[in-house]
Amino acid sequence: MSISEGTLITPADFTGAGSGGDVSERGKFGVFGGRYVPEALIPALDEVAAEYEKARTDLAFIREFDHLLRTYAGRPTTITEVPRFAEQAGGARILLKREDLTHTGAHKINNVLGQALLTKRLGKSRVIAETGAGQHGVATATAAALMGLECVIYMGAVDCERQALNVARMKLLGARVVPVTNGSQTLKDAINEAFRDWVTNVDSTHYLFGTVAGPYPFPGIVRDFARIIGVEARRQVLELTGELPDAVCAAVGGGSNAIGIMHAFIEDADVQLHGYEAGGRGAETGEHALTLTQGSIGVLHGSRTYVLQDDEGQTIESHSISAGLDYPGVGPEHAWLKDSGRATYHGITDAEAMDAFALLARTEGIIPAIESSHALAGALKLGRDLGPDATILVNLSGRGDKDMGTAMKYFNL
Amino acid sequence: MTTLATVFEKARAENRAALVGYLPAGFPTIDGAIAAATAMVEAGCDVIEIGLPYSDPLMDGPTIQDAVHRALENGTRIADVMRTVEGVAKSGAATLVMTYWNPIDRYGAERFARDLAAAGGVGTITPDLTPEEAGPWREASASAGIDTVFLVAPSSTEERIAIVTECCTGFVYAASLMGVTGARESVGAAAAGLVERTRPHAKVPVCVGLGVGTGAQAAEVAAYADGVIVGSAFIRRLLDAPNEREGLRAVRELAAELAEGVRR
Repeated sequence: MSISEGTLITPADFTGAGSGGDVSERGKFGVFGGRYVPEALIPALDEVAAEYEKARTDLAFIREFDHLLRTYAGRPTTITEVPRFAEQAGGARILLKREDLTHTGAHKINNVLGQALLTKRLGKSRVIAETGAGQHGVATATAAALMGLECVIYMGAVDCERQALNVARMKLLGARVVPVTNGSQTLKDAINEAFRDWVTNVDSTHYLFGTVAGPYPFPGIVRDFARIIGVEARRQVLELTGELPDAVCAAVGGGSNAIGIMHAFIEDADVQLHGYEAGGRGAETGEHALTLTQGSIGVLHGSRTYVLQDDEGQTIESHSISAGLDYPGVGPEHAWLKDSGRATYHGITDAEAMDAFALLARTEGIIPAIESSHALAGALKLGRDLGPDATILVNLSGRGDKDMGTAMKYFNL
Repeated sequence: MTTLATVFEKARAENRAALVGYLPAGFPTIDGAIAAATAMVEAGCDVIEIGLPYSDPLMDGPTIQDAVHRALENGTRIADVMRTVEGVAKSGAATLVMTYWNPIDRYGAERFARDLAAAGGVGTITPDLTPEEAGPWREASASAGIDTVFLVAPSSTEERIAIVTECCTGFVYAASLMGVTGARESVGAAAAGLVERTRPHAKVPVCVGLGVGTGAQAAEVAAYADGVIVGSAFIRRLLDAPNEREGLRAVRELAAELAEGVRR
């Protein structure tokens, strides 16, 4: 299983070196993580954890996952240097990890293929998933079609409207899309509804969780399947520049693309890790998704982490122009990376993200997802801070095709 | 103050199951919930669970979601929950709070346990607090002298049943089916088996909830459980009533039907 044999991943890539979250610690990242779920779900979570522990050291499983990543998802994805864009970043060197070039157009496919294989190992015939921007829903519907699984996607009614194109894609792929009309009608409520389905249909169903949040074992599993992003990028940057990057940047909603690219760099102490949350209309307006930078420690969706909540623990509705970052919680490993000081998290407003969105399109001919545009905007600021000698790796987690409706309105196109 | 122990003793002496009713605080209004719960007690409920309205009730079906949403829209706060407990406890029922974990976590475990005890509450049911994470809450509850009720489910293994029941004081809450709260056509077939599997581990009574909504169902469950828990069916009566007076009449009627059921 070496790279010379043409594989992308090795058993070592699943060891999750770095920040804990393995079975022995019951999914704890420092004080974060754990399990806060109805007892009815504990056996299913235990079953998923046990099967994953077997799978991740099973060469046949790893080969099958690797095969799908190469022949179906389109891995390895390239890295692209963007000098014209970087002129606005104080001349720092900016490299984009092109997850937008994967099949279905975002990093979500990596986790989905891994978990779909796991679903088959579990002997289950039905998958459910939540989705915000629709990218995880599309990826899940895609994997379900590929593997012959029944698929139901829960999506907030507000998100269904702003990501209508992705709703159509999921339907075309054979999934049933259920608009969730309670609460804020966004990602948080879609997760609630998916949990309700799961507790009712757990015998036949795997909850194909889409981000590094939720109860143990999801944060660790999703991270391990997304980890390929950083594993590849680290090699590619070394090959291209002969050195590790000075900083790695990613957008953070639930945090899967960010963990995906950051994790392989955690032990590289000289590499700065920067996560960019959705600042929405601005921190001062209260209309944002600044979970790590403005939130407080609490429990949401099954794990202890940072949460946007009021003084009595009621979840505060988040806001972002990007559906994929519009979430009042965040993965517990990010909470741990923040508190341990290993990673730094910042806010990027809707306006800053949309400026970066347009800038990358015009200077490099790449239309990024609005989610990823938060990381791009962050890299522009970081480049000015670090200076022209710096190399910055940015996770371009998805493409912007799905965002054209929002862009048409925003820019009056 | 009526404790859970005295409630179950009395029910046992009368050779019947106890009747447990649920209503969220703040629904239909704060005073309306106190009035409705009091009516339920007058018509035969032995125990009342006051729900603490939470923004993300992922174990609840549409009926309780709807009621909780209205309670939050009404601006219900934890102080109101405590006031509701105080009002209902005066009626003579053992009064618990049912809540997701985060509101207690945020309020402070010790402070919550102390305030609940001071309000006359006898304990809590915490559906998303697993035994692995429950240490601080059990300690705080023990210090304040209130009970801790946790749930077992049809999917629970023997090992999990043992772990969960070990943490329960007051009673064990056996979920009758795999699913969210809400009245059903029939009580889950797994319920009797679950109670049977739970008994050998439990030092306290075992009550069954989820899906119970009629006198006949209450009688069916009372045949094998120490207590019958009903929530959504009461809320449904209040939601469907044209006004508060009719709502009170309807919950009273249902409580009487259920009370008759647990005595069959």
